[in-house]
Amino acid sequence: MIFHSSLKLSVAAAALAVGLSSAASANSLRMADSTDIAAMDPHSMTESNTIGFLNHVYEGLVRYNQNLQVEPALATSWEYVEPTRLRFTLRKGVSFHNGNPFNADDVVASLQRASHESSPVKSNIPGLKSIEKVDNYTVDVVLTGPDPIVLNYLTNMLILDQEWMAEHDALLPADIRSGRENYAVANSNGTGPFILESRQPDASTVLTVNEGWWDEPQHNLTRIEFNPIGSDATRIAALLSGELDFITPAPLQDIERIERAEGVEVIVAPALRTIMLGMNQYDKLLDSNLTDSNPLQDQRVREALWRAIDMDLIRDKIMRDRSRNTGLLVAPPVPGFDEAQDIRPAVDLEKAKALLADAGYADGFEVGFDCPNDRYVNDEEICQAITSMWSRIGVKARLNAQTKSKHFEKVLGGGSDIYMVGWATLPMLDSYSVMSALLHTPGDVMGAWNPGGYSNAEVDALTAKVAIELDPAKRTAMMTEALKIARDEVAMIPLHQQPLAWAVRSGVSIPLTADNKPRLWYATVD
Amino acid sequence: MIAFVLRRLIQSVLVMLAVALIAFTMFRFVGDPVNSMLPENASSEQRTQLSEQLGLDRPVIVQFARFVTGAVQGDFGISYRNKRPVAEMIAERLPATLELVLAAAVFALSLGVPMGIYTALHPKGVISNLLQTVSLIGISVPTFVTGILLILVFSVWLNWLPSFGRGDTVQLGWWSTGFLTWTGLKSLVLPAVMLGLFQITLIMRLVRAEMMEVLRSDFVRFARARGLTNGAVHFGHALGNTLMPVITIVGLQLGSMIAFAIITETVFQWPGMGLLFIQAVSFADIPVMSAYLVMVALMFVAINMIVDLLYFAIDPRMSASA
Repeated sequence: MIFHSSLKLSVAAAALAVGLSSAASANSLRMADSTDIAAMDPHSMTESNTIGFLNHVYEGLVRYNQNLQVEPALATSWEYVEPTRLRFTLRKGVSFHNGNPFNADDVVASLQRASHESSPVKSNIPGLKSIEKVDNYTVDVVLTGPDPIVLNYLTNMLILDQEWMAEHDALLPADIRSGRENYAVANSNGTGPFILESRQPDASTVLTVNEGWWDEPQHNLTRIEFNPIGSDATRIAALLSGELDFITPAPLQDIERIERAEGVEVIVAPALRTIMLGMNQYDKLLDSNLTDSNPLQDQRVREALWRAIDMDLIRDKIMRDRSRNTGLLVAPPVPGFDEAQDIRPAVDLEKAKALLADAGYADGFEVGFDCPNDRYVNDEEICQAITSMWSRIGVKARLNAQTKSKHFEKVLGGGSDIYMVGWATLPMLDSYSVMSALLHTPGDVMGAWNPGGYSNAEVDALTAKVAIELDPAKRTAMMTEALKIARDEVAMIPLHQQPLAWAVRSGVSIPLTADNKPRLWYATVD
Repeated sequence: MIAFVLRRLIQSVLVMLAVALIAFTMFRFVGDPVNSMLPENASSEQRTQLSEQLGLDRPVIVQFARFVTGAVQGDFGISYRNKRPVAEMIAERLPATLELVLAAAVFALSLGVPMGIYTALHPKGVISNLLQTVSLIGISVPTFVTGILLILVFSVWLNWLPSFGRGDTVQLGWWSTGFLTWTGLKSLVLPAVMLGLFQITLIMRLVRAEMMEVLRSDFVRFARARGLTNGAVHFGHALGNTLMPVITIVGLQLGSMIAFAIITETVFQWPGMGLLFIQAVSFADIPVMSAYLVMVALMFVAINMIVDLLYFAIDPRMSASA
């Protein structure tokens, strides 16, 4: 096309002429995400893209590597001295960006800050009873009960410098009620591979490389420039025009366009986030022509609904062949996933109609169906497809697609009959997350995301055991069992793992991690 | 005149209170910020706890009273998302929006007024017809389409102008300006064009209609009879009278440009108040949303006050009767 050659020409011209791209410094990576980092304070928000970015400036006792396995970071080793007391040996010779040495005082102060009453992230480390300093390079993490996945939680607990916090009156986390801003929200002092150089909210956040980092750098970056760009079209245009080196996410419908353009490429893979449908299993439907019964209580009806959904069609037409259809509620990298159990019932409209007739609903029924329209990849389109698929077996779904804050308010408030929800199991990266939040009978602590009221005593029992079982093999077996029960009973209807797509300028190499957090300390630019 | 100003001030205060009340009642229905602020595995008791912490369980009247007392002192609370004082965030972003609107207004006026005068003086000419047809495009095509087209042509294909952001800014006190740097000015071009395109048509047609009306009036005929040159008649006498209704409309349009800047700011990632508002909406960040609505209401009210006062300055009849 004529514009391709003029694109080449203009790119060449731009290279020669007064370049507007700010790639002045040798190995600078300019990236864009769809939302800004909420704040520089790692104990202020649980948003995963904020924590993911702050991982470049701050580190925890342990971290995930690019294969999502836990490895030592600021702690070199750990052991259980009692079932509820985990002793960490800290790394020596590490210093913060301002030169202060890293030691046990910093770990104690940071974890106390994160788990404080008023801390927005305290639910990221449930079960923390106290943290004690044993000596300058040893700390004990004391738990309320045995917790086999405490290390997963600790990957998100980032460590700040105790003296720096004390100096700037930031020993307590930001408290909304007090109305005061916390120094750590706009300033940083961590141990990580990059140092905060400047921060303009919603404009640009710049990091420069930390030459004194304790680890061996696998990257060759000197500078990272982070720009939030909300508009998909603008973000892609900025990549194509050469103003950016890396963008996330690359919207599904634009992947082909980006791949066709020269000088840029797309990296895509299924993410951890599994999209599924939850169902109201109490005695009455909330939004239906039936006023005195709830067909969704009957397992045959749920199975019928599952069998009517043609996920292959959805994958091919709506997800552009990039998603991964699933029969389980978790993705392959999550402990508890078992390939042998990852089976979807075959699409069979006749069987579905027969099941409905068996259950006494040969004429079908109407039911409310809630979806977000701005939270998951092509969420509304998927729901529209499912609505028409269900109408083929006589179930008329009343689709209501709305913005995520309203959708989740309605769902969590118990106002929905069938609803779409996506679950990545982060930060736990473990099936216990699904069991405790989605499958357990709703209660004070458990089942916070089970507004449909699915309840199975055996699943509840397995959940309680998995919570304290320290042997990984036994644990995994129990989780697999629970997920199998949930699948057999059609507790929820799993759809697929949605795709994760990043786009980079050719010559930039970044490993794609299924938790959608770019780990730029593995990135190289040429 | 004093009485007039006082009356307008009281009306303005009433308008502001009404806006605040409407905004507040509306926010009961925007969605739950608690869900955005907690991780997925938070329990229901943690949700209720946070809800109480934020004061979301109090009756509307109490929340409203707290809000108004705070707002009058300039304290809009802390943003749920960014954990920073909202007043500070608005002050940071206000210069960006105002500079954008100013640039767009200057662009629209500097093209719209001459085009209007030309088409009024040569109503049947070929160029006039061309200008009028082309300007229809300005109002027919949705603004975000023009914005994206501009980015495609000038950033991706030609690589002349940046596709997002404000460039480098210089801090003058609390005001950050993009007028003093080369990248700042370059970044201003496309957003200003996108925002101003709609106004050009409006201004052009308005000036044309007004001017044609004025040129038909008696005093212009007498001026010509006196032997004044065309230049003196058109620009010395007619233009002044043309501009009065134009000023009113432009004043109103300034307010709507500040509101419409949301779309421009979203397309170009312009760090202004509009973008702040959109992000607050999707997060259900109520303090930011309330503060934004109050600020925009304030600006509309202020602009209208100024426009009314300008009437006194321009129209000698009004100051004579006051």
